[in-house]
Amino acid sequence: MSERGASSSSSRESSPPHSTEAGGRSGGSSSKRKKKKSVSGAQSGISDLEAALSGRKTIQVKVNGRVYQREVEPRLLLVDFIRDHLGLKGTHIGCDTTNCGACTVILGGKSVKSCTMFAVQADGEEILTIEGLANGKQQELHPIQKAFWDNHGLQCGFCTPGLIMQAYWLLTSENPNPTEEEIRLGISGNLCRCTGYHNIVKAIQSAATMLRSARAQEQVVVTAREGRR
Amino acid sequence: MAVATFFGARVNRREDPRLVTGNGLYTADVVLPNMVHAAFLRSPYAHARIKSINTEKAKALPGVIVVVTGKDIASKLNPVPCAWQLTNAEIKVPKYYPLEIDKVRYVGDPVAVVVAETPYQAADALEAIEVEYEPLQAVVDQESACKPDAPLLYDNDVPNNLAFHWKISSGDVSRAFAEAEVTVKERLVNQRLLPTAIEPRGALAQYNPSKDELTVWITSQNPHVHRLLLSLMTGIPEHKIRVISQDVGGGFGSKIPCYGPEAVVVLLAKELLLPVKWIEDRRENYVSTIHGRDHVEYVELAGKFDGTITGIKVITYANLGAWLSTAAPGVPTILFGTMLSGPYKIKNLECEVFGVLTNTTAVDAYRGAGRPEATFILERIVDIFARKINMDPSEVRIKNFIPRDAFPYTTPTGLTYDSGDYEGTLRRALEISGYKDLREEQAARLKSFLQESTETGKRKRTKEKLIGIGLSSYVEVCGLGPSSIVRSTGFALGLWESATVRVHPSGKVSVFTGGHPHGQGEETTFAQIVASELGVNLEDVEVVHGDTDKVPFGMGTYGSRTTPVAGGAIVFACRKIKEKARKIAAHLLEAREDDIVFDSGRFYVRGSPGTAKTLAEVAWASYGAGSSELPSGLEPGLENTTFYDPPNFVFPFGTHVCVVEVDTETGQVKIKKYVAVDDCGKQINPMIVEGQVHGGIAQGVAQALWEAAVYDKDGNLVTSTLSDYAVPTAYELPSYETASTETPSPHHPLGIKGVGETGTIASTPAVVNAVCDALSNFGVKNIDMPLVPEKIWRILSSSSPRLESPSSTTSPS
Amino acid sequence: MFPKEFQYASPRSVQETVQLLNRFGTEAKILAGGQSLIPLMKLRIASPKYLIDINRIRDLEYVRESGEFLLIGALTRHHTLERSELVKDKVPILSETASSIGDPQVRNLGTIGGSIVHSDPAGDWGATMIALRASFNVKSLRGERSLDSDHIFSDTLTSSLSPDELLTEISIPIPPRDRSGGAYEKFERKVGDFATVGAAVQITLDKAKKAFEKIGIGLTSVAPTSMRARRAEESLLGRDVTLANLDEAATIASEEARPIDDVLRGSAEFKRAMTKVFLKRALIKAAGRAGVIEIE
Repeated sequence: MSERGASSSSSRESSPPHSTEAGGRSGGSSSKRKKKKSVSGAQSGISDLEAALSGRKTIQVKVNGRVYQREVEPRLLLVDFIRDHLGLKGTHIGCDTTNCGACTVILGGKSVKSCTMFAVQADGEEILTIEGLANGKQQELHPIQKAFWDNHGLQCGFCTPGLIMQAYWLLTSENPNPTEEEIRLGISGNLCRCTGYHNIVKAIQSAATMLRSARAQEQVVVTAREGRR
Repeated sequence: MAVATFFGARVNRREDPRLVTGNGLYTADVVLPNMVHAAFLRSPYAHARIKSINTEKAKALPGVIVVVTGKDIASKLNPVPCAWQLTNAEIKVPKYYPLEIDKVRYVGDPVAVVVAETPYQAADALEAIEVEYEPLQAVVDQESACKPDAPLLYDNDVPNNLAFHWKISSGDVSRAFAEAEVTVKERLVNQRLLPTAIEPRGALAQYNPSKDELTVWITSQNPHVHRLLLSLMTGIPEHKIRVISQDVGGGFGSKIPCYGPEAVVVLLAKELLLPVKWIEDRRENYVSTIHGRDHVEYVELAGKFDGTITGIKVITYANLGAWLSTAAPGVPTILFGTMLSGPYKIKNLECEVFGVLTNTTAVDAYRGAGRPEATFILERIVDIFARKINMDPSEVRIKNFIPRDAFPYTTPTGLTYDSGDYEGTLRRALEISGYKDLREEQAARLKSFLQESTETGKRKRTKEKLIGIGLSSYVEVCGLGPSSIVRSTGFALGLWESATVRVHPSGKVSVFTGGHPHGQGEETTFAQIVASELGVNLEDVEVVHGDTDKVPFGMGTYGSRTTPVAGGAIVFACRKIKEKARKIAAHLLEAREDDIVFDSGRFYVRGSPGTAKTLAEVAWASYGAGSSELPSGLEPGLENTTFYDPPNFVFPFGTHVCVVEVDTETGQVKIKKYVAVDDCGKQINPMIVEGQVHGGIAQGVAQALWEAAVYDKDGNLVTSTLSDYAVPTAYELPSYETASTETPSPHHPLGIKGVGETGTIASTPAVVNAVCDALSNFGVKNIDMPLVPEKIWRILSSSSPRLESPSSTTSPS
Repeated sequence: MFPKEFQYASPRSVQETVQLLNRFGTEAKILAGGQSLIPLMKLRIASPKYLIDINRIRDLEYVRESGEFLLIGALTRHHTLERSELVKDKVPILSETASSIGDPQVRNLGTIGGSIVHSDPAGDWGATMIALRASFNVKSLRGERSLDSDHIFSDTLTSSLSPDELLTEISIPIPPRDRSGGAYEKFERKVGDFATVGAAVQITLDKAKKAFEKIGIGLTSVAPTSMRARRAEESLLGRDVTLANLDEAATIASEEARPIDDVLRGSAEFKRAMTKVFLKRALIKAAGRAGVIEIE
């Protein structure tokens, strides 16, 4: 018998079955019914629930192609995990309220603000940070990085990694051919205090063109290859 | 590559490869073995006595190493220094300690510090510190704070909370106003702003007892100044401190001052013998990093019906916050009052400034530092004047501009403008913006709006948006600055700059500069200067800054001084190197020095360019120092250290035109067009110049339309997060049309002026003028910033528009 | 800046979740997108002892058509709703509302369910849910129940869910294609800010496309919770689509709204005036989308 059956008869308005109440109804206090209770059917006992909770957790995250395994507190923010536990300092912290976007990374293919996630949420996920964008040992710049460079799309550089990652998501997942307005909306989650955004917009426009023509080249190659079969 | 192309070329920045790959090294990125973390407990009250602090619970928490209060370190740290103690201003400098002991004076005032193994643990420990406060009455605005019944921040040390009282005057202002045909008067507010560099401040200090040396990484715009001030605060000898600041994520003036917590971190590192790191979060940054602006100005202008301005009178109440920050007293005085004649031929000028302490965060230099405040009131009162006499605002300006042949021009306040062509930039701006067409479009839209709103008797759905056109013509003082002038005002040091240029035996060049760019691009532009001067490849020049061990004393980057002053030092150092190199070349070529020509990095005898010595060969010879290499009497080596004290400030200028559209239903303002024509003399890298202008405009526009640091009457900072304080995103801001003219500075070796702050100085009044212009037919003279929709909606819904302009030459002011 | 410590669970099913809620509900918070909750935790305004992360329950993320309803899993991200072709086809006001929330990164993680249960009167979903007459499926160990849009919000930042309950699905009646229209108009200081005011309208016209057959109006930021402009709705039901009627309805809504002074975004008086302006704009847009070519 489980405390669930007993509690389901309680009225909607009353407070939910409290652990001591439930324990009481089943006989014996909950504190005695500790870790060893077995699972029955679809409903588990208190010990499994407690086991489900953790004060520390080991997580496995793939970052820039490399798998890391670390033990962390649940309250550790993802951005602090990336910076302090993995030593990847390119992702920056600029605010406390999810406004500035300097902490933007790509997680599971989506741009996210890593200051507003816990590291434990990234368990089993794939992350791309600014350090993972340039190519290979020679660190050949990604077209977006090159575009920022060519168009003077940065000054102090602090907001830049977050902006580049957001631009990366915008152009590769969301909209490869954005209008100026769409670009400005697309980066509205990233604050820059130095550039006035003018050159950032130009950089992203330029990157969009580069990426589109690179894709067009690939298409040509693929088509040619297919033609040959 | 020909030498000349480096100077003036749009060269990609060499800062960028590390920054776009996330390989910048900001203070928060530095990791040292055994590093521990500090967190500051800050007062929740704007004004209160500290009755007791109990740290026992906090000390017992996991990971906590020490918890320290103001009392614990009372004898160990000197007060936070103020480096601009104005002369002739009856200045009172209160003692403000890094951790308060008896009393707190603003929300955010630090009272204790925790050091723990992790920043998370330090944050937990803060909550466990028990402080008993006795709240006192707080005063937040400067006009109330200097009244006799106001609560005193520093008791009788600063009577009436009046930290200084400064005046400047010239000509005969009383007569100008007595004889005026027209006068206009306005109370203008330049609201408090939060600089909001995206990188919060921080410091990491490490003490090496075996060498009695301290290393500090700091978010600083001026590492040597920090070194000196930290030395004064902690007693650690200056030469035993090394300050390192590689990459800094924006400053805008907020990273000039030395702050109390920085000295506390240094002290903790010394006492604990562990590296101690402290990084602000944004809320901490907002309550404890200096704020900008916060002036209340009473402005009067005297003039004639023909548009001539004959006099200006200003009374300013400057809110200084709860302590006198490093440069604070000079900002609303020297950098403000001296510029009140602007680009105009005004001879009669009077300015009185009250510097008042209040229970708010300290106010210090913020992008423009005094000049935006001056330009704002001048450009606003000129527009109000223009409207009163029914004259186009561009015509009034042209009428009063100092003509281009009048330079150097000495202002009534004693500054000597080096060069200028104010009418030139204004006309160019009008041309680019299509001013005439804009005025026609404006008139047409207004007519249509009035028809729509009267058509059905009650207000029909009016789709028409009103257009406003605003001008702003400015000249500003930067390239701070000639030491004798600066020192005479009470600044603690001169504002020269240093440079060491070193040619290595292989011909590569290292430049060590006292400037400390944090986004302004001088790692690139200084390389461009050196490559041009010495005729070497750009890649062969390295620019080093931000480390007090590597650079001779540098005064840092602010006040648009780096390119003119630090650049000036570099130019002179290069020229002295060329002088020496020429002697060596002559010796090598067995020719007379007078016969040696230097071109594109090569020395040759005039007429025989085929037999030349490169700079690299000369360099080698200088280190070889053999008898055939070095003439007798000349020392080996090929380097030079120059301290350049500029003979004058530099005075960039320009005109901005802003076109706005006002939604008459909601009061929302949208910028439809923004044109900036600026003149910063010769440009080393036009791409970087444009970037500085863009960024400056964005901040100035933000002040006009969105930003304001808001305190409630109890001294709580209501705008304490980025969710509340409305910094614009890319969507709010327009793109900018920029153009430039080039009027070189005659006293500068390269003819260059500064440009880092001009955008901010010019743009704020351009926007406000535009909105007031749009609403002029509603009888609007002035609207206080930020021009949020509600303010505009109130005007629109409470007054009826008139088609004719309301001004008449006989109406009272 | 850093949250307090908490115990963390990451259940893989709704069943596991409700078991945890049953046990720890009063001291627990559900972590969905976290874009509202985590900032509160970082500022230590919210410090739950237990955090139950439901992001592994991928079955809670879906958008599907079922008969006359559009069914949305509570964990569905704002971004999905912004971009979904199905949504844009059947209930486009959902896409419009989603695109007004926060910023792109926040929309990638934030969920419609989390947002609704958060019950912030400045949250954008509330008004639209009211306009659409959405209903909400809520589960607990005690069973399952359905709440309607008039009862989902209890008070500011307080939903009607009991601490042991989990929102699992939102059900939206699909409006008839050819004569319905919806619009969400948001007045904000800057893009992504909390609304100064917002107005959501979903209308269905009669077959002649002259009069309002159905009308739902929800308002953002003008009451302790997202608000239904009941009297404004009543003033339009059955009446013709005319500018005068729309104007009157908007005026009524501005009078039934109960905004408060906000030193940053505007006085109550201003918000009332803007309620009228933006509701009127939303009504006109919705009518246009429903097929009214020109409104007299």
